[in-house]
Amino acid sequence: MKRTVPLLITAFGGFVLIIAYFIPATQGWGETVAIWFDVLASIAFILGGANLLKIHLKKMSDRQSGWGFSAVTVSAFLITLTVGLAKVGVHPSLNFPDYTWSGSYREMGSPFWWLYEYAFKPLTATMFAMLAFYVASAAFRAFRAKNIEAILLLGTAFIILLGRTFAGVFLTSWLPDSLSGLRIENLTVTIMQVFNTAGNRAIMIGIALGIASTSLKVLLGVDRSYLGGGED
Amino acid sequence: MRKLILITIALVIFTLPAFGQEEELPIVVTASDHNWDGGDKIDLKWELPQDIGENVATFKIYRSNTTDEINAIIKDKKSKAVKDAKEAVTKRLIENAEKEGVSKDDKGLLQRIRDERKSVADNASQDITDREGDIRAESEFKFLTVAGKNETTFTVEKLEGDIAYSFKILALDKDGNILLSGITDKSISPVAQSFDGSRFFLGIITLILCFSVVWFIQMARRGKPLKVRKIAGLEAVDEAVGRATEMGRSILFVPGIQDMNEIQTIAGLTVLSRVARTAANYDATLEVPTSRSLVMSAARETVQASYLSAGRPDAFNQDLIYYVTDEQFGYVAHLSGRMVREKPAACFYMGAFFAESLILAETGNSIGAIQVAGTAMPAQLPFFVAACDYTLIGEEFFAASAYLSGEPEQLGSLKGQDVGKVIVGVVMIIGITVATIGAITGSEAMMNMLQFIKSTVLG
Repeated sequence: MKRTVPLLITAFGGFVLIIAYFIPATQGWGETVAIWFDVLASIAFILGGANLLKIHLKKMSDRQSGWGFSAVTVSAFLITLTVGLAKVGVHPSLNFPDYTWSGSYREMGSPFWWLYEYAFKPLTATMFAMLAFYVASAAFRAFRAKNIEAILLLGTAFIILLGRTFAGVFLTSWLPDSLSGLRIENLTVTIMQVFNTAGNRAIMIGIALGIASTSLKVLLGVDRSYLGGGED
Repeated sequence: MRKLILITIALVIFTLPAFGQEEELPIVVTASDHNWDGGDKIDLKWELPQDIGENVATFKIYRSNTTDEINAIIKDKKSKAVKDAKEAVTKRLIENAEKEGVSKDDKGLLQRIRDERKSVADNASQDITDREGDIRAESEFKFLTVAGKNETTFTVEKLEGDIAYSFKILALDKDGNILLSGITDKSISPVAQSFDGSRFFLGIITLILCFSVVWFIQMARRGKPLKVRKIAGLEAVDEAVGRATEMGRSILFVPGIQDMNEIQTIAGLTVLSRVARTAANYDATLEVPTSRSLVMSAARETVQASYLSAGRPDAFNQDLIYYVTDEQFGYVAHLSGRMVREKPAACFYMGAFFAESLILAETGNSIGAIQVAGTAMPAQLPFFVAACDYTLIGEEFFAASAYLSGEPEQLGSLKGQDVGKVIVGVVMIIGITVATIGAITGSEAMMNMLQFIKSTVLG
């Protein structure tokens, strides 16, 4: 029963979405099913928040290694939640000036807005910026000319990188128009439009077929491993 | 004489409307609902008098604006007029002040600017309100496209089902002068049909694919042996878990950053099922931080069932499968910190990944963990290939569940996919052949066929 009911719900939702795609009159059904998921996901936020608190409070109380990070996490979570839910420092909406909480919680200048702009955004930007260094270290490792394939990869990457800069244009600008296809910027375009697109499409076709097959297995209940196995 | 005058007046009265009609709307425009669509298309057809048709170079096609669209146009005009008026008065007053040697920070000047800006804004707004009737008349029709002189039909798309539309066509000569015009005699709303014909071929392909998958599953159930090639990334699952056990370190499993409505997350959890079973057998610690609450719940069920099937339900610890945050880089920050501090011996990345893929894989690489990744995000595959020991590329990732379970009926579904590949191959060969012949011979029939394949079959 614990497995059968979720399987039936999955199959029902999945087939309704498929039917809604082909039959315009049933498009509303598909939208309704999608809303069900949104409702579920919204309720699950409470579950997630409770789990976050439970895990980190336990760590703090047990004084596990790195409990200080948990303290920061719990503090940040509670402060942001309180400031956002209570709309601290938010002015009433112009349309409803008599109602204290009628303003937007994201109002410019409010504490929630301040936390978002001056704490959250810089932190996420920092994490994203680190990607540049990771790209450099990964490229250094990937482009080592160990064998023929690696040499081909290195050569192609060299052309692409050079072709995206002014240096690439400058280096081969002396080539006559009859050989313009060999100019680095044009080679870059050819590699990206022909070889890269072909490879990418091959992967995309495999992915599309894989998605179709996996979806069918899930909808028909052939694959139940995501529910923990085939036993009821 | 009196009779002659009366006859003349009668002739003028009876013939004027006829002349008037021909001069005003000589193009006969008819609109009809498009067959087998989702209720967003209308077919237009128009006819020209033959003597004038020869001079026509192009047609301009218009549709009536909806009430909301006209209101939006008026609102835009009002906003623009107010903004322009405010800018003009500000500029004028500041220029005057500069000439008179008055500082820009002068309180009197600032107050005057404020007052005049308000005054001109009110005037500009009122002016647009006064001209609203004219603007509505001007904005009655919206330009859609230009059609060639030999065309007599056009399908208008992206219409809304509950709105009645009128259509107007202008015939232009080569200099752009309007020769004739025509408007549909009645408004029409697009109607949704019982089946969307534009998705007919997709429906057929889907049915064939589904049928072949089900067919091969049935064949496998009857005991037909099926061979599946070795996938190194999946063979490495046991190796990675074994290594973590030997080293006495944990295993980290990351199921991507999407929710349970993403098929990649589901595929990731099927791999988690196998990893958890192996970890339970080896008595290794498996940690699953998730970025979605629903994924956490599903992952707990998956891991618990795996521990149960491995005969070690007591070893299951649900606190090791926990929610971190929905925020992409917050999640990455947690994982990176965790990896650097705890140094897991094996890291699995199975699901939908975006910019975080390389950060995670490089961090894992830096701590010397054995890493297996699987995703269907083509843009992230190169990063995983560069930084991980094994990568499941696209379809390999979706084949993981069948491959790892070894169940005949699941392996049958992989064979069903091959039928899809045959269909794709056949369509590609036909498309390439038709396009090549069309390009060499210049055959219009071939190019039309190619267009049919591209726009109708492939949609």
